[in-house]
Amino acid sequence: MPPAAPRSGDAIFASVERVNAELFTLTYGAIVRQLLTDLEEVEEVNKQLDQMGYNIGIRLIDEFLAKSNVSRCVDFKETAEMIAKVGFKMFLGVTASVMNWDADGTCCSIVLEDNPLVDFVELPDTCQGLYYCNILSGVIRGALEMVAMKTEVTWIRDMLRGDDAYELQVKLLKQVPEEYPYKDDE
Amino acid sequence: MDTNDSLRVASLWHSMHAISQQLSPTTGCSEIELLEANTFDLHCFQSLTGSKFFVVCKLGTQHMEALLKVVYELYTDYVLKNPFYEMKMPIRCEVFDINLTQTVQKDRVALLGR
Repeated sequence: MPPAAPRSGDAIFASVERVNAELFTLTYGAIVRQLLTDLEEVEEVNKQLDQMGYNIGIRLIDEFLAKSNVSRCVDFKETAEMIAKVGFKMFLGVTASVMNWDADGTCCSIVLEDNPLVDFVELPDTCQGLYYCNILSGVIRGALEMVAMKTEVTWIRDMLRGDDAYELQVKLLKQVPEEYPYKDDE
Repeated sequence: MDTNDSLRVASLWHSMHAISQQLSPTTGCSEIELLEANTFDLHCFQSLTGSKFFVVCKLGTQHMEALLKVVYELYTDYVLKNPFYEMKMPIRCEVFDINLTQTVQKDRVALLGR
């Protein structure tokens, strides 16, 4: 039986059950507000959002692989394209694009034109250091770790801080293939 | 088979799977897809995250790869999305078990026509 072809982000997004977008935005907003109340420090909240995202990412990757039928990516460029074109589309319903590749092909930017997490949100002066969407950086980091890539994901541009788009920088630190301790000399 | 036996079989299979990558006379071997024994077949599917799903069935049973893909989807839905399931622990999710049994039943009906 020939293997099934990989599915496009649009096709998968259309086939899954969806929830009211405002409910999603409100829920995320409630989480961030509660974290700010509990932890008080903006840096702590950033860290916590990243950790939550990481815990989501390590589970989300299997769903992504199961539903999208993709085969192993040849290089990091393909991985980044997958995240932007299929991943973001499938889970958030938004299109993202990849740009600003560095010379070795290990660092790029993913730019989001649209971001459902931040509808209706304005950052007050007391929260100026907050990366409101930091959960997304954790999700990407967690997901890639489960497919043997250690990455660093940071925000370059954030519309809530006055920039013109949402730009995430994804940097591949190293590939960590699963090690089996079956060598004779050990 | 009780939980301990299942764990024992699973860890044996995990080791064999890993060793097969080194045993292979050609490069690029990443997994064992099919084991044909005297009285049974064992089909295995490995996800890109390294999770392995295997099914033991009667000799010559068809479409087991498709079944394994469906089981993978059930796993991502009913196990991974359960916030109380701890990663890499034995799966004790009732909804997963129910759906799994239903899938296997449906498969059996489709294959055997009864």
